[in-house]
Amino acid sequence: MKLKIVFKLRYLWMFFRHRGRLAALAIAAVVIAVGVPLWWKTTETYRAWLPVAQINELAQLQLQLSVEVEVVFSKGTLTAEHQKKIPPSNTRQEEHVVDETTRLRYRYETRYRTATIMEEDALNQSTAAEADISLHMLSESPSGSVVIYVVPESSTVLPEGVSVYVGQRRTALLRAGGQMRVAVALKEVLASLETWIKQVLQVMSFSHGDITAALSDRVRPGDRSREGLADSMRAFKSSPGYEITFSLLNPDPTSHLLHWDVEAAISSYIQPLLSKMAPVANFSIDSQILYYAVLGVNPRYDPTLNAYTLNADSLSHVINPVEARLGSSAASSNPVLNFLLYVPDSRHSPLHITDHRRHTVPSNAFSSPRWGGIMVYNVNASGTELPVDVHIDMRRVMGVFLPQLRLMLGVQSAAPPPGFLIGPCGNAGLADWELDRLMWTRSVENVATATTTITSLAQLLDQIGNIVINDNIAEQVSSAVASLQLAVGQLEVGNLGLAMQYSKEAILQSERAFFDPSLLHLLYFPDDQKFAIYIPLFLPMCVPILLSLLKMASEVRQRPGQGQAKKD
Amino acid sequence: TAICQSITQLMMWYANNAKYFPPPSTAKDQFQEELVIKPLHSGDIYASFQFRTQWDTDFLLGSKVSHYRLFPKSLGQVISKFSVRELHISFTQGYWRTMQWGQPFLPSPPGAELWVWFQDTVTDVDLAWKELTNVLSGIFCASLNFIDSTNTVQPSASFKPLGVGNVTDQRFLRYAVLPREIVCTENLTPWKKLLPCGSKAGLAVLMKSEKLFHSSFHSQALHIRPVCKDWQCKSTSWELRQTLNVVFDLHTSGQGKREWSLFKMFSRTLTEACPLASSSKVYVDITDNPQLFELSPATPLVSQAVVLGDGRTYSVYDLTDHATFGQTHSLNVLLRWRAAEREMLRPLLHGERYVAGYGLQTGEIHTLVYNNHPYRAFPVLLLDTVPWYLRLYIHTLTVTSKGRDNKPSYIHYQPSKDRLQPHLLEMLIQLPPNSVTEVTVQFERALLKWTEYTPDPNHGFYVGSSVISALVPSVVAMDTNNTQERPLFSSFFPCKEESTYFMRIYTEPLLVNLPTPDFSMPYNVICLTCTVVAVGYGSLYNLLTRTFQVEEPSQGLAKRLANIIRRLRGVPLLT
Repeated sequence: MKLKIVFKLRYLWMFFRHRGRLAALAIAAVVIAVGVPLWWKTTETYRAWLPVAQINELAQLQLQLSVEVEVVFSKGTLTAEHQKKIPPSNTRQEEHVVDETTRLRYRYETRYRTATIMEEDALNQSTAAEADISLHMLSESPSGSVVIYVVPESSTVLPEGVSVYVGQRRTALLRAGGQMRVAVALKEVLASLETWIKQVLQVMSFSHGDITAALSDRVRPGDRSREGLADSMRAFKSSPGYEITFSLLNPDPTSHLLHWDVEAAISSYIQPLLSKMAPVANFSIDSQILYYAVLGVNPRYDPTLNAYTLNADSLSHVINPVEARLGSSAASSNPVLNFLLYVPDSRHSPLHITDHRRHTVPSNAFSSPRWGGIMVYNVNASGTELPVDVHIDMRRVMGVFLPQLRLMLGVQSAAPPPGFLIGPCGNAGLADWELDRLMWTRSVENVATATTTITSLAQLLDQIGNIVINDNIAEQVSSAVASLQLAVGQLEVGNLGLAMQYSKEAILQSERAFFDPSLLHLLYFPDDQKFAIYIPLFLPMCVPILLSLLKMASEVRQRPGQGQAKKD
Repeated sequence: TAICQSITQLMMWYANNAKYFPPPSTAKDQFQEELVIKPLHSGDIYASFQFRTQWDTDFLLGSKVSHYRLFPKSLGQVISKFSVRELHISFTQGYWRTMQWGQPFLPSPPGAELWVWFQDTVTDVDLAWKELTNVLSGIFCASLNFIDSTNTVQPSASFKPLGVGNVTDQRFLRYAVLPREIVCTENLTPWKKLLPCGSKAGLAVLMKSEKLFHSSFHSQALHIRPVCKDWQCKSTSWELRQTLNVVFDLHTSGQGKREWSLFKMFSRTLTEACPLASSSKVYVDITDNPQLFELSPATPLVSQAVVLGDGRTYSVYDLTDHATFGQTHSLNVLLRWRAAEREMLRPLLHGERYVAGYGLQTGEIHTLVYNNHPYRAFPVLLLDTVPWYLRLYIHTLTVTSKGRDNKPSYIHYQPSKDRLQPHLLEMLIQLPPNSVTEVTVQFERALLKWTEYTPDPNHGFYVGSSVISALVPSVVAMDTNNTQERPLFSSFFPCKEESTYFMRIYTEPLLVNLPTPDFSMPYNVICLTCTVVAVGYGSLYNLLTRTFQVEEPSQGLAKRLANIIRRLRGVPLLT
């Protein structure tokens, strides 16, 4: 009992002896356990959860594009023996590594079958175009797929010297090569077909060059050819919508009174193309007449032509002064395609555009990459009473603007390989396979753009800790990521229409998240100001705590030495 | 009952004003331009440009394609995208001095004013309004994007549609004023660009910005509204009116000479009409001629018009006629004063406003409305929008005329919400003849958050002008025959009755000082409190962590010395 009391007293004495030390420790503990978390919690910026893992996955893009190919053998292209042995399907894959973060895989699923009786009938038409139309009546193939009909070498459907006819829809006619007859093994027959099919697919769906060009947002253009670069720069970047504006420039309304029936011209020439391209983007068209709008360059008089000329070198200066008058689109932020029809005033008329070799350009028009086109329309109004009424031949005008529009929208019209014949594209101005081709590149481009937007947004948010991430941003990012994954998935299974749609959604949501104004609120909150506010409080509070902790530490270090000395 | 009658009259005017008939035409769209020059009694010159584009089309009938000829594309897109029924926007630099200059053809408050009627198909009007203001600020290079819910109101009676249509539900109306807005060339350039001829031909060549802004008053406005296509009013067309009003000061820029010409005013002369215009005219007010001034060149064309309740005579120069330009191929209208300046008749209706009181806590807004008519009383609608940081004490609202209480027959008051909506006060007041009516209301100044202050808080905070709308008794019979063609300046506010005409005047904007803190204060407070906390904390910390030990009393100095001596001597030390 006595011992216990002594022990207790000793304990108490110890406590009193070390009381200061314990108090310092307790205060330090309170500061660390309560103060620091409280400060942290109250000064924290709100950052909603982002699907970082999925974004990082998307940064390593592995795209697979699947194309369904149907090869139909008509009568007389396969022997009966071969017909029995023909495999139902065959899959061919190509892998490309574009750069360290982007890989591409093309997967061609080829199905083989023999033609039905009705298809045989259709193939017996006299011309390829007719055959193409009647084949299309029989069946409709989904977008992104290709049907190749192999016709016998002796068939008269294809003109002389043409091996492949590409139709209006998604069908091609392929003349069976001469070696097919003599070939013994089916394998060889199919192998010889394969080289042709490859070429047909490069024309009708996509080539590796197109896809890498579409990936230009992700991939630095190091090894790509100048030609391809120029091609890809001519077309507008993929966007969910475009505004198309036709402007008639009348620099001198006192002498010319211009009339253009642009409404009818658009509905008969431009609208069919745009309604066909509706899956790719939304289009809105308007037109305006601008008076007293002049070009930025004074045309030079050329006595040999007895006309004024604008040289190709000076064309780059033409647009700027006009552009101020065009007016930006007030109603949307979509890119604007401008098509200007310039009617020179009587003092500078006729006006011709000459190329670099000083030859006049027959169309009298030029286009500016990613901006639009300008056409000069000469009017010969002489001697009559001013102002002269001029009715503009819209057929001629649209004949120039329509190919320019196709070019700007990215419909490529590359020269076909030898032996190919491209059918007329019909009244829409765009064949189905051309649309498919465009959709392949556009959806890949959209996926590339959306992934770069999302990854760079994630990077930015990661680097700058001050940015507040609201819930709606996180939601948009998540839904963009989800749409991207869906788009990639649809491309993988070859569902082109859906892939296009999802990729458009992805690009819209990612841009909306990236340009959200709420991200800017606390973007600039410099550290030196924070420091200036914290220092008056933290410095006087922390210095005594740190000092006493240091003192204690030094005491603890000294004590073992003391103990040893005592033992001695 | 007399009051009731006049109220119903004022309301009826609003209801019936839809019947406004432009001249019949054959083209689908047409353009007219007009310049009115009015020598003012004070010796200043008032020049008013009006450009009207009329287009028989329907922006709202679903078709996506739209083709513009004379109408500007950017505005057409705005109308169709936001389903706008009427749009009125004005940018004004300077204050119109009614007492010296009389009435303007089109009134506008200092700064920027925007009021829009939306179609009743719009579901989210607030969102459309927000987007519209942003788009308009882009079009006009103005800071209209500062319009938000804190300065937007929905007046119930003062701003009724001026075009055809019978929707008067105020849910589709938005009204906002930015009194702080400064108007300059960057606003004029986009405004000029909307004209079909730009500033290349026609009357617009006179608009040289260095002259226009070197003036006492500058106001440019744009009004879009649906109007009747013809006098039968079976179908509507869209009217775009662009107006520009300038008052040139004779004394500061005329070098003391009492003589004026187009060239002196605008440093340009007129050489041609805009070739796209169906009519292009210059009017000079010669009602006071020949006593007051002399006009050259003389023109045989004279037009009579009833403007703002007064019969006026105008000399007309028709620019579409080649004879107007004479042999010099240019028109330079010259005015030479004969008499010295004279007193003008006092305008019948006139308003003033000021802030009274001292200190930074409370104050009082005084609005004075003058009825200078010798024997007729008439009602006025007074609209006041006051920002939320002036907290109105609406129970202190008093309206007195001739020393007696004048009870408003209609009051619409919408209280403010802090940081959300302003005060809206609308009253219908009957003004006795030859009287001054004083409206006073007290307010308290709110303390703003430190981020809510403008960059120059000591300049003060603006409160927009009060709007006074009235049907004023006319001196001469008003022209109610709408079928005949009238000059543009007299046809903006339609006229239904012979005895009265509609008038809107704006009072001065107010500049109110709010209690302004020292903006380094937060940091000082942080430093001070932190120091106090640190001192308190430091002593507490010391108290807690110091240990107090009983120390052996040390030997006294004498003992120590003795010990040293003892050690030297070799004798035992003292303990």
